[in-house]
Amino acid sequence: MTDSVPLLEARDIAKSYGAVQALRSADLVVEPGEVHALLGANGAGKSTLVKVLTGVISPDRGTFAINGNPVRIGSPAQAARNGLAPVFQDPALVPDLTIAQNMRLTGASPAAVERELRALDLAVDFSEQARDVPLPMLRMIDLARALARDPQLLLLDEITAALPSDLAERVFTVMRASRERGRSVLFITHRLKEVIASCDRATILRDGGAVATIVPEEGGEETIVEYMLGPEAAQAVVAAVDKDAGDVRATPAATGVTPALEVIDLSMGRVRGVSFSLRPGEILGVAALEGQGQDDLFAVLSGQQSPASGEVRAGGKMLKARHPYDAIRAGVVLVPADRLQALLPQRSVRENIAAPRYNSVRRWGPINVRDEGRRVREAEEALQIDTRAARQVRRLSGGNQQKVTIARWLANGFATMLCFDPTRGIDVGTKRQIYALLRRLADDGAAILFFSSELAEFPLVCDRVLALFGGEVTAELAGAAADEASLLRAMHGLAAEAEAVA
Amino acid sequence: MTSTTAVAVERRGGLARFVRRHGWTVGIYVLLFALTLFWRSQTTVKWGPFDVQSLVIDALPLCFAACAQSIVIISGGIDLSVGSMMSLANVVSAKYMLHMSFDEAILFSLAVVAGAAFVGAITGLTIVVTRVADIIVTLAMLFVLGGLALAVLQVPGGGAPVRFQGLVSVDTVLTQWFPAALLILFGSFAVLWLTVRRTRPGLALYAAGSNRSAAYLAGVNVKRSRVLAYAYSGAFAALGGLAFTAASGLGDPNAGGIYTLNSVAAAVLGGVSLLGGVGGLIGPIAAAFVLTLVKTLMILRGVDQNYAQVIQGALIVLVVMVGGLAIRQKGKGS
Repeated sequence: MTDSVPLLEARDIAKSYGAVQALRSADLVVEPGEVHALLGANGAGKSTLVKVLTGVISPDRGTFAINGNPVRIGSPAQAARNGLAPVFQDPALVPDLTIAQNMRLTGASPAAVERELRALDLAVDFSEQARDVPLPMLRMIDLARALARDPQLLLLDEITAALPSDLAERVFTVMRASRERGRSVLFITHRLKEVIASCDRATILRDGGAVATIVPEEGGEETIVEYMLGPEAAQAVVAAVDKDAGDVRATPAATGVTPALEVIDLSMGRVRGVSFSLRPGEILGVAALEGQGQDDLFAVLSGQQSPASGEVRAGGKMLKARHPYDAIRAGVVLVPADRLQALLPQRSVRENIAAPRYNSVRRWGPINVRDEGRRVREAEEALQIDTRAARQVRRLSGGNQQKVTIARWLANGFATMLCFDPTRGIDVGTKRQIYALLRRLADDGAAILFFSSELAEFPLVCDRVLALFGGEVTAELAGAAADEASLLRAMHGLAAEAEAVA
Repeated sequence: MTSTTAVAVERRGGLARFVRRHGWTVGIYVLLFALTLFWRSQTTVKWGPFDVQSLVIDALPLCFAACAQSIVIISGGIDLSVGSMMSLANVVSAKYMLHMSFDEAILFSLAVVAGAAFVGAITGLTIVVTRVADIIVTLAMLFVLGGLALAVLQVPGGGAPVRFQGLVSVDTVLTQWFPAALLILFGSFAVLWLTVRRTRPGLALYAAGSNRSAAYLAGVNVKRSRVLAYAYSGAFAALGGLAFTAASGLGDPNAGGIYTLNSVAAAVLGGVSLLGGVGGLIGPIAAAFVLTLVKTLMILRGVDQNYAQVIQGALIVLVVMVGGLAIRQKGKGS
């Protein structure tokens, strides 16, 4: 295999989004007739590399060769002509067209696709509109369409996420069959067990570059995690925790108080039977890989979605939120990752902070300007918001915008704050201010639920950390013990084995 | 391996599905039929083929305008320049056809349609290249084309060969109940639309309006589809302008003005979703007849012109609202 020309050779791929370098210099080599896994933690550049390979975005730098011939991949259509067939996490089927029309749209023969589906042991009504077909089935149809082209390289992007296990099993069968026919598969997943069971080789990305290409072996999860993490990084994190533990973290609040937020057997979307309780004065972390149900969990708690089953209690009282307004009234407020989702970008800092004050009808009518001004000023001072560009919130830096979102709730009162990745895209200095601020809020009796995509934040901020995997809480760690390595294991659902070993 | 039916889609009855997918179109035809019966009961002189012929001629420009607008909306855009394009096609044809023979006039008409399609394509190209919103680019085109129409013909005038006008007159019929104007409408519909509707470019048009990113990821050239939609819009709008020339025997630079918003009304009433990807041309054509018939009925009953507009507006909102509620109710049921 090593003597042959590689099927796909991507060299020195780089891509930046503004100041953020998603890919520094990534290499990927896929040999003919192999199942190759692409792995990496959140933000390692995995999804960017997939988008570049499939022509969805064009890289800033880098070269591709297929069977040794240099090619350009400028669009998904061009990728298809080069023998790459991607199956994305969001199926590329147009909702208003029937399945048969969708097939003809891309020049796939419905008969060939139907044959592939039959091989997968699936029956599909091709005259059904795509919008009426359940998502897992759409993914399988998308897969069958890709297979019908008999591609040299099948690219499966997180296809097994949220697929029922019997369908996931059929995907693995397809991967094995492709290999036997000398075709290759590039398999992107978070599930390390699948990699070890089905992949011949794995390329691991870290910080926008490929750090290693390995042959996955039985029991090799730890090795993979180590590569994903980087040994130096692990050391550095531990050091940082030791240093910061003293100044930022305080002792957890006493037990025996009414929980500020209690979640009992909650299910909605990807969330499956999650229970936890959050005391006043406590910061509870939620650690999860992309798409493990954290979005749904926060959407339910903040009142944007109704739960399918289970209950939420706020301050001991049942919370049935039909609207964020209900949650806010019960003292449960949200600080989202995307600041502009919460703020009115064209309006002033003052208006933004004061906005939720005028929710209730009795507040309508003339605004008490002096009272509003006082409260806003207090909040601004407490948070050290840089108000030089206060006339339009969109002119503030991301960090200051996030402070405005927090200040809003500070000025209006709350009991539980839901922070969903609050430091996304914020500079290190402001991040530290926000950690300290959250801790101060907790010390004053606030309860805080904290999700972050940066693992290093958990030990700095949280008293306890829950790991969410496949919509379930798979582990609970003490804040101090939540170093990056243990978190990463727990987030991959490997906690049980790790504990068994220890 | 587990059973096939684990997540297989449950099959629904053919009729139920037909109603679900085409219920709106069927509904609008039922409405048209009911209005026709009402119309018949309201006329004092005996109602007959002549009434049908004049209704068709009256509705013809709006039918074409509705087609023009619907195609763009289906592809995910909106075209505010439909009316101006009709005016331009109308004055250009009226000005130059005046002294032509019939054959020359037909050839000239085809050239006008092709030219309008080209201008439409340029509009579409401007939208996809500059990424300026559809509504802004086509609003600009509304002024540009409207201005050109005035430059061609300042005041109503011009004309067309008698035989050309005869194409859509009450005297030309296939059978007593089937006016030639209807044949022209169905003919252009079949030639321009049915030929692409089920082909890849036609499906791509729906795909671009339904979910642009899914279409892109599936390898559809979304930009090309959108340009195609605007080219179609230009061609249909030009047909509307030519229909106006034939019906009135006159070029009027302001003739198209009312058609821009009426075409949106007909599209929506005809079951085209403003969000794109949903609908066809058969519904909007019926809706164009409904809107014309409502106007006729109002005149017949001697309703004040101004109130007639109020009633027409209220009717559009009412029908769309009731239809929307019906759909939502059904969604809750299933």
